[in-house]
Amino acid sequence: MRDIQYAAPRSLDDAVAILSEFGNRARILAGGTDLIVQIREHVRDVDVVVDGKRVSELMELSYTPEGGLTLGAAVPCAVVYQNADVVRAYPGLVDAASIIGGTGIQGRASIGGNLCNSGPAADSIPALIAYSAVARIAGPRGMREVPVEEFCTAPGVNVLQEGELLVSLHVPAPPAHSGGRYLRFIPRNEMDIAEVGAGAFVVLDESGERFVSARVAIGAVAPRPLFVPEAGAALAGQPVNDESLAAAAAAARNAAVPIDDQRGTIEHRKHLAGVLTKRALKGAIDRARA
Amino acid sequence: MSTELLSGKVAISATVNAEPATFVCEPRESLLEVLRDRLGLTGSKEGCNNGNCGACNVMLDGRLVNSCCVLGVECAGSEITSIEGIGGTDGLVPLQQCFLEGAALQCGICTPGFIVAAKALLDQNPNPTEHEIRWWLAGNLCRCTGYDKIIRAVQEAAQQMRG
Repeated sequence: MRDIQYAAPRSLDDAVAILSEFGNRARILAGGTDLIVQIREHVRDVDVVVDGKRVSELMELSYTPEGGLTLGAAVPCAVVYQNADVVRAYPGLVDAASIIGGTGIQGRASIGGNLCNSGPAADSIPALIAYSAVARIAGPRGMREVPVEEFCTAPGVNVLQEGELLVSLHVPAPPAHSGGRYLRFIPRNEMDIAEVGAGAFVVLDESGERFVSARVAIGAVAPRPLFVPEAGAALAGQPVNDESLAAAAAAARNAAVPIDDQRGTIEHRKHLAGVLTKRALKGAIDRARA
Repeated sequence: MSTELLSGKVAISATVNAEPATFVCEPRESLLEVLRDRLGLTGSKEGCNNGNCGACNVMLDGRLVNSCCVLGVECAGSEITSIEGIGGTDGLVPLQQCFLEGAALQCGICTPGFIVAAKALLDQNPNPTEHEIRWWLAGNLCRCTGYDKIIRAVQEAAQQMRG
């Protein structure tokens, strides 16, 4: 690997200071499963690696039924899906965290890192969008918040400016009669990148037969993970039945603007966007009724 | 700014296979390179060097990781267990014995990673299903055996370890 310098700041202020000093020559290191490989393979040109794991805010994992989840940007996937609160309240996030890479990747890779790497096929991002997650960002001008659906702007590119870092993700507490699900389609059985992914979150009424609201996001069908508000609009206030689910699936299919590559064709990806949206919604409904 | 910028040769202290260890490395060196080239622990193998194959699997602070995707300088104060820390002083542990007797290896390059990963599974789940074993080991690639013998070796070892 090319020569690099390494810093392990102990506070957010110190992390922002060092990122500000080195600008785009510095990059935050969380689990390293993307960054270290990118530096080694000359995909990313970085002089200073800033380890975020000694900053307590980046390692926070806390949940309250009122306040929801605060997930530090560097918390490994394995810690996320072994946390009893997350498993109970955010099973759709567990769906995603437990299929990112293999077990050895999950021991290091973080959901925050998955978001900051900003891959169009990133598994955690549609799930985060479905759950209405908000990114908390620290920088030279203080803190700011960005909804996750607005975080990524292009493949590998996001709203983070020089000197800024993702501190944590905040996910609202799920209301009663709600459920979330993430599904992806891959050509193999495991350890692959999504051909299409779909995240869904639904709130049902007390009877469990009607949608109060719903959120759908799809991955690997656009230059960035895509929030599909039209799918939610097609479901809000509607009964839970084949007709409403078909309308949401059509909205996802229409929103998808995929490319052809080795994992699938445009035609197949658009088809999958509809199929996976319907299945993810059904999974979310089952959880909302449980 | 109060953060020190480390470059050149850095001295790192950690616990490696239950013994205190101090090594010198550059920030660009992976934990895998540190284990093999600085500490002489050559059991961990470099397969893909990008996190896909699992041949370099070690335990880092209680979690399974690909040591090619960890920097040595990150490991200050950490506890690391490599394949060398798994075998007993008086012979092979059941997992190793079952791999040997079940012919769960041919060329052997992937074997240390499989043993470290399988031990991590059995430590938290002494009675995994075949599906759970296959899912857990999906990040470990073997190009010789076709996996069936590896899965059977882990099942056999699990049974022996449960007694």
